[in-house]
Amino acid sequence: MLTVLLLLWPVAAALLLHFFKGGAARVAAFGAALVELVLAAYAALTFNVNHTGQFSYNHEWIASAGINFHVGMDGLSLLLVLLTTFLVPIILLAAYRRNIENESVFYALVLFMETGLVGVFTAQDAFLFYFMWEVALIPIYFLAGVWGGANRAKVTFKFFLYTIVGSLFMLAAFVYLYFQTGPAASGLAAHNSDIASFYNLNLSVQEQSWLFWLIFAAFAVKMPIFPFHTWQPDTYTESPAPATMLLSGIMLKMGIYGCMRWLLPVVPSGVSQWQNLVLILAIIGIIYGAIIAIRQQDVKRLIAYSSLSHVGLMAAGVFSLTQIGLQGASIQMLAHGVNVVGMFFIADAIERRTGTRTIADLGGLTRQAPVLTVCFLVLLLGTVALPLTNGFVGEFLLLAGVYEYNAWMGAVAGVTIILAAVYLLRMFQRVMLGPDSSFTATFTDLTGAELAVLVPLIVLVFWIGLFPNMFLHLSEGSVMGILNEVVKR
Amino acid sequence: MNSIILLSVLGLGNLFLGFLRSNRLLLPAAMLMLALVFGINLIDWNEGAQSYFNNMLVIDNFSVAFTGVVVLTTFLLIPFSQKFVRDGAANLAEYYSLLLFSLVGAVMMVAYNHLLILFVGIETLSIAMYVLAGSDKRNLRSNEAALKYFLMGSFTTGILLFGIALVYGATGTFQLSDISFAVQNPINDSLQPMLYIGMLLMLVGMGFKVSAAPFHFWTPDVYEGTPTFFAAFMSTVVKAAGFAAFLKLMVQVFPAASAQGVWLPTLTAMCALTLLLGNVGAVAQTSVKRMLAYSSVSHAGYLLIGLVAFNGQLEGASANGIFFYSLAYSVATVAAFGVLKLVADQRQREDYNGLNGLAKTNPLLAFVMTVAMLSLAGIPLTGGFFGKFFIFSAAVENGYIGLVVFAVVMSMVSIYYYLRPIIAMYMRDTDVTTDEPIQVTSFQSAALFVLALLTVVLGVLPGLISGIL
Repeated sequence: MLTVLLLLWPVAAALLLHFFKGGAARVAAFGAALVELVLAAYAALTFNVNHTGQFSYNHEWIASAGINFHVGMDGLSLLLVLLTTFLVPIILLAAYRRNIENESVFYALVLFMETGLVGVFTAQDAFLFYFMWEVALIPIYFLAGVWGGANRAKVTFKFFLYTIVGSLFMLAAFVYLYFQTGPAASGLAAHNSDIASFYNLNLSVQEQSWLFWLIFAAFAVKMPIFPFHTWQPDTYTESPAPATMLLSGIMLKMGIYGCMRWLLPVVPSGVSQWQNLVLILAIIGIIYGAIIAIRQQDVKRLIAYSSLSHVGLMAAGVFSLTQIGLQGASIQMLAHGVNVVGMFFIADAIERRTGTRTIADLGGLTRQAPVLTVCFLVLLLGTVALPLTNGFVGEFLLLAGVYEYNAWMGAVAGVTIILAAVYLLRMFQRVMLGPDSSFTATFTDLTGAELAVLVPLIVLVFWIGLFPNMFLHLSEGSVMGILNEVVKR
Repeated sequence: MNSIILLSVLGLGNLFLGFLRSNRLLLPAAMLMLALVFGINLIDWNEGAQSYFNNMLVIDNFSVAFTGVVVLTTFLLIPFSQKFVRDGAANLAEYYSLLLFSLVGAVMMVAYNHLLILFVGIETLSIAMYVLAGSDKRNLRSNEAALKYFLMGSFTTGILLFGIALVYGATGTFQLSDISFAVQNPINDSLQPMLYIGMLLMLVGMGFKVSAAPFHFWTPDVYEGTPTFFAAFMSTVVKAAGFAAFLKLMVQVFPAASAQGVWLPTLTAMCALTLLLGNVGAVAQTSVKRMLAYSSVSHAGYLLIGLVAFNGQLEGASANGIFFYSLAYSVATVAAFGVLKLVADQRQREDYNGLNGLAKTNPLLAFVMTVAMLSLAGIPLTGGFFGKFFIFSAAVENGYIGLVVFAVVMSMVSIYYYLRPIIAMYMRDTDVTTDEPIQVTSFQSAALFVLALLTVVLGVLPGLISGIL
């Protein structure tokens, strides 16, 4: 029932937000998101790592077709629910000082999206998963499209089309799989779409081979993996900062999570058949994203490409099909969520003060804003994966996983750390150090509200970096379960 | 049967109401009548098949369900009828009565058990529509629409009648079950070609009524000229009733394998062609109304998949699919046309740019239009998604994977033109012609809200009605 509550609360709050205007809406939305966080924290505290599928709820949804509203959480779901419920209040807080038109609608959409995200991470029925997948897409389309930059109509259209086409392929695969299943344990329908039935299908290698691409299409677009990424930099750049944070901090994880939950265990033979190719694409993405990031002049675009590079590594870790790689992806999802949201927030803070995002226009911010400098540096080093920060744990495990699969691939993927250091430190040097420019002469340091956003993020940078086992422990059971399903068939 | 009697009586009664010359009275009266008919119709639910007029008309769950769809659609459409005729001296009661009479035809079409009733039903519906298409008398386009619809319509009615005659000649009966028996056990092989030609001619006639390609060419022109209110009626009620009749014809009359060998490939080809021409045609439009006309063609294509994939009985997955789809499509289309009508009446334009900045001036209209567009595009959270989902999965179950793949590709194309109004409303700024808020009565606001709510409810809890047939 707790999962159902986690799903219903944000959407109920979003509807109620209609009755609040302006500043009151802001406070109410933040309060609602905090309540959601408390609920998720309660789930984490009562979670028993030795059991799978907790807080589950199963009720018939479309009885005539055997489709159930089946939700529940295992360790992996819980990690991502925690990430979502933690980041949403942060993102709402980050929007605090912005002048947003129709504030109550904006916040309602963010909360509405939270329901979709939690739904994706907890759905235990294929069609429910697909449904939630799209529920998460619609609000972000409007958030980016209505409140975005000048070129928003074109950019968000491309984004919408890419993701919806990708997910339609996934839906087609699910429909095919659905007709391979038998009747549900209870109920009259001839088929069912429960995740357990999908895991137990007997599919030929041939079938799995093409089903793999249908399902993978949706996840590859969402992550995005090279060469399905072309929507990403523009969308990240044109979206308002809160939407960019939602996209990069949480939505991107839907793709990784989807691979782990709905791809590897469902079509394991298909995965092992295409594993090599996907790894190569992922590694191309790592290098490609990093090289383009080096050339960027726009801070926001640079972070977007850096995100592309990092997600490539996560995908590579998942497709190494090793325990260490999957564990690395689980924890890196958290770390990347924390870091990228922080980075985009700082980029936004700088843009609001100076009116520019171009690296060449900036410089010398350290002198006027020492607090900002420290915060920026911590998050940046987390992204570069310096030991003791959150990024280090994740990237180390991911690289170890890829190395275990193939030493050469591991070596090439390892370049990511060096390249990340190159483009991020270079940006830091040119933005924060050096002489003042005309844009930065009257720069002011972070306000209290901004610090309230950054402090929790920085706490997490160190928390995950110093005590990674708390989080790895949570996801271990799920990762073992997924790998068992892969090996079983 | 109750609903037919009631609709006819109320239609006549409505004419007398017209003597009062009170237009304020007519609209609520018409809604009250439709609500009454909707309620009375539901009495027959789950009462088993009741036959009337020597088994010429059969009221069963199938007909009750589709009667419900057409009556509900009309009920939700009526609030947008205000000012639908610019001519102040016109007697509005006549138009409401014509609507009620055409509903009688629609009910006959979903409840027929005899080819003559089908024919009479189609004619009752169509003749009212010919008049209503031309109801904007001083507008040349409206006249053109009426003439075009009438000429094309009566021509295909002739073809349909010819088909019925040939089928009668080959089987010696108009009764559906008897024809079906005769098709399965032919007495005389030399009559088979006559039967098949008759069947194909009926297919052409029905194809025209539901605007399936290649008999769809009238649709955009007629919709464009017809007053928006009646265009909405045409694309929802006429289509829902037409598909119910079409489904019944194919399922009850020609299920025999030998007959299927003739009509199934024909229908499959028509279906693919309809999907292609409807969707590609809609992409090229600059007028929202013409886009909606092509969209109505494309939805005929999706519904045809349900026909192709039917599994032999009116209770099956594809009948349920067609029922759900008709309802979801009708609700979304009424919402889209309703918003378009309100906007076009005030801004005097029906192109995409006429919608610019609507989200700022009228958030409710923009929201309802968005829900409608997402539903027509088949995006989850809306009824349109589950409509497509049920129809496609029925087709996959019966092995029409190629057709479904094509339909899915076409619905990807459709996202392009369904997003254009949304982009115009939310992402483009107003200009001089579009910065005035649209005047909407609270009655219309309520209707729009109900339409949006219904679409979302169908999209979140499809289980409520997905398996009722």
